[in-house]
Amino acid sequence: MSGFQTNSRVINWIEHRMPVFSFLDHSIGRGYPAPKNLSYMWNFGSLAGLALVIMIVTGIVLAMQYTPHVDYAFNSVERIMRDVNYGWLLRYVHMNGASFFFIVVYIHIFRGLYYGSYKAPRELLWMLGVVILLLMMATAFMGYVLPWGQMSFWGAKVITNLFSAVPFFGEGIVTWLWGDYSVDNPTLNRFFSLHYLLPFVIVAVVVLHIWALHQFGSSNPLGIETKGPQDKIPFHPYYTAKDAFGVGVFLVIFASAVFYFPNALGDPVNYVPADPLATPPHIVPEWYFLPFYAILRAIPDKLLGVVAMFASIGLLFVLPWLDRSPVRSGRFRPIFRIFFVLLLIDAVVLGIAGAKPPEGFWLIVGRLATAWYFFHFIIVLPLLGVFERPKPLPASISEPVLKGGGSPMGSGAGTTAKPMEKA
Amino acid sequence: MADTATPAQAGSGETRRDFLYLAAGAMGAVGAGSVVWPLIDSMNPSAEVLALGSTEVDLEPIAEGQRISVTWRKQPVFIDHRTAEQIEAAKAVALDDLPDPQTDEQRAQRAEWLVMIGVCTHLGCIPLGQKTGQPRGDYGGWFCPCHGSHYDTAGRIRKGPAPLNLILPPYYFASDTQVVVGETGAGA
Repeated sequence: MSGFQTNSRVINWIEHRMPVFSFLDHSIGRGYPAPKNLSYMWNFGSLAGLALVIMIVTGIVLAMQYTPHVDYAFNSVERIMRDVNYGWLLRYVHMNGASFFFIVVYIHIFRGLYYGSYKAPRELLWMLGVVILLLMMATAFMGYVLPWGQMSFWGAKVITNLFSAVPFFGEGIVTWLWGDYSVDNPTLNRFFSLHYLLPFVIVAVVVLHIWALHQFGSSNPLGIETKGPQDKIPFHPYYTAKDAFGVGVFLVIFASAVFYFPNALGDPVNYVPADPLATPPHIVPEWYFLPFYAILRAIPDKLLGVVAMFASIGLLFVLPWLDRSPVRSGRFRPIFRIFFVLLLIDAVVLGIAGAKPPEGFWLIVGRLATAWYFFHFIIVLPLLGVFERPKPLPASISEPVLKGGGSPMGSGAGTTAKPMEKA
Repeated sequence: MADTATPAQAGSGETRRDFLYLAAGAMGAVGAGSVVWPLIDSMNPSAEVLALGSTEVDLEPIAEGQRISVTWRKQPVFIDHRTAEQIEAAKAVALDDLPDPQTDEQRAQRAEWLVMIGVCTHLGCIPLGQKTGQPRGDYGGWFCPCHGSHYDTAGRIRKGPAPLNLILPPYYFASDTQVVVGETGAGA
C-alpha cells in the first residue's frame, strides 16, 4: 500500500519504529493521488488551515500581554497597540486574521455548495465542516468580547441573551453563562478561557475533517469519480505547489489589509471602553455574522427568531439529504446553477440587511431574504433533485480535456460529450 | 457442581448479569454526574456576587416628568416620576391590546412612581427614553434601539420582538421620599 521509500538510514530507523513518514507521504505527499482537474476553488481548504495557524500563533503571543479583567482589559489592548514591541502588528494580524479566516471559509463552503461536495460518500466530511464553522463562530464571538469595548460588551449581552429564549430554563442558563446578574468580570474571564481552548478543539475537528477527506479524496469540478490512475496526479509536488501559490496570493491580500486598512472591517464604536449603562445607538456584530443577525431580527418573535437563526446553520447539517440530485457538480445542473447564484445574492442581501437598523425598507428586505434562504434549502433543492434534467456527464475526468484538445469546434463547449449525442 | 447447573439457574445467571450491568452503569452515571456538577455550578454567580444588597434612592429631587437611572445588581433601574397624562394614558389602554397583559396598578405601587429594571426583555439592551431628546417610541414610554421594541408609559411592551413588559424589581417605599430597590420591606 505504501509506496514510500528512502535510502536515508535515519528516516528508515524512525519509520520502522513509528511510520510517521509514510503517514505524511500518504497524507500530503506523493502517496496521495488527487484528481488532476482541481481548480483554484480547491485552494481554500489549505488557506483555511493556514489562517487557523496564524490565529493560534498570534493569539498565544497576544495572550502573554492581555489582562482579562473588566478594569484592565481595554487598557491592556491599547498597551499592546502602543507599548508592546510589534504589538500593533500582532493585534492587527489577529484581528484581520479572523475576518480573513471567515472569508476563506465562506468561499470554501460556497465551493462545496456549488460542486455538490457534500454528497455521498462525503456527508460526514461536510458535517464535520459545519461543526468547524460553528466552533469558529463561537471562538470569534468570544474573542471579540475580550477588548471590552462598547461593541464587545453589548454584542456579548445580546448574544448571550439569545439563550433566554429557551422555554423555562432560559433565565437560569443566561445567569449561568454570565456568572453574574449581567455581563461582567466572570463573563470576561470565562470567555478568555474558552477563547483560548476552542481553537485547539477546532484543530482536533480539522484532523477529523481531513481524515474523512482522505477516505475518498477530494471531489472535483466535474463531480464525477476518478476512474483510475490516469485521472489522478500525486498531491506532492503538484498540489503542494498549487496550494503554495494560493498562499502567496492570500498573503499579499492579507498583508494589504493588515498594513493599509487594518480597521476597515471593524466597528469604530469598539474603540470606546465598555459602558454597562449605555447601549450604543446601533449594535451590529462583526461582518461575518451579519446574515445570521438579519435572520434573527427578521422574525418578530424572540424564540422563533433565535430558532430560525440556529436553523439556518442546522440546515447545512442535513443538506446532503435535502439535495437528492445524483449529479454533484453545478456545471451539469442548469437550473440549480441559477438558484445557486440567487442564494449567493441572497446571502449578500442578508448581510446588508443585518447591518441596517431593523425598520422600514431594510426590515422588509431582511424578511424576504430570510424567507428565500429557507425556501432555497427546504423547497427548491429537494424539488430540483426530482424535476431537473441534468446535462450529460463526461465519461471520465480525462475525456473533456482530450476531446476538447482534439476537435477545434468542441473545445469551447468543453463539457458536452459529443459521442454521447451521436449514440 | 455439575448437577446444580440446571437450565433455570443458567437463565437466572443471565438476568443477574444484566442487572449487574445496569447497576454498574447507573452508579457510573451518578458518579460522573456528581463529578461534573461542581464544574458546572462553579460557573454560576458566586457568593460575593449574590451578596450584593439593595439600593436606596432619594426621590426628593426628581421633578414630575423626570426620569432617572440608578444601578442595582449591576443593572440600570429606571425611576420615572410620571405626569398625570402619562398615568392616564397607561390606564386608558385595554388589556386586550397588550402582548403581556398587566394593569397599571400592577405596574406601579404608587401611580406617580414607576420603578423598573431598564433592560429590554428581548436581548438585554438598555432602552432609550431616560434622557431628554432620546426617542420614546410610538407609545411615549421607552424605545429599544437594538431590535425596535416599543414600551408604553407603564413600561409595558406594545410593539416589537420583546416578549415581556420591563421587569419590576422588588422595591418598597421607606418613606414618601425614599425608595429601596432590592427588598420588599415587610410592613413598609
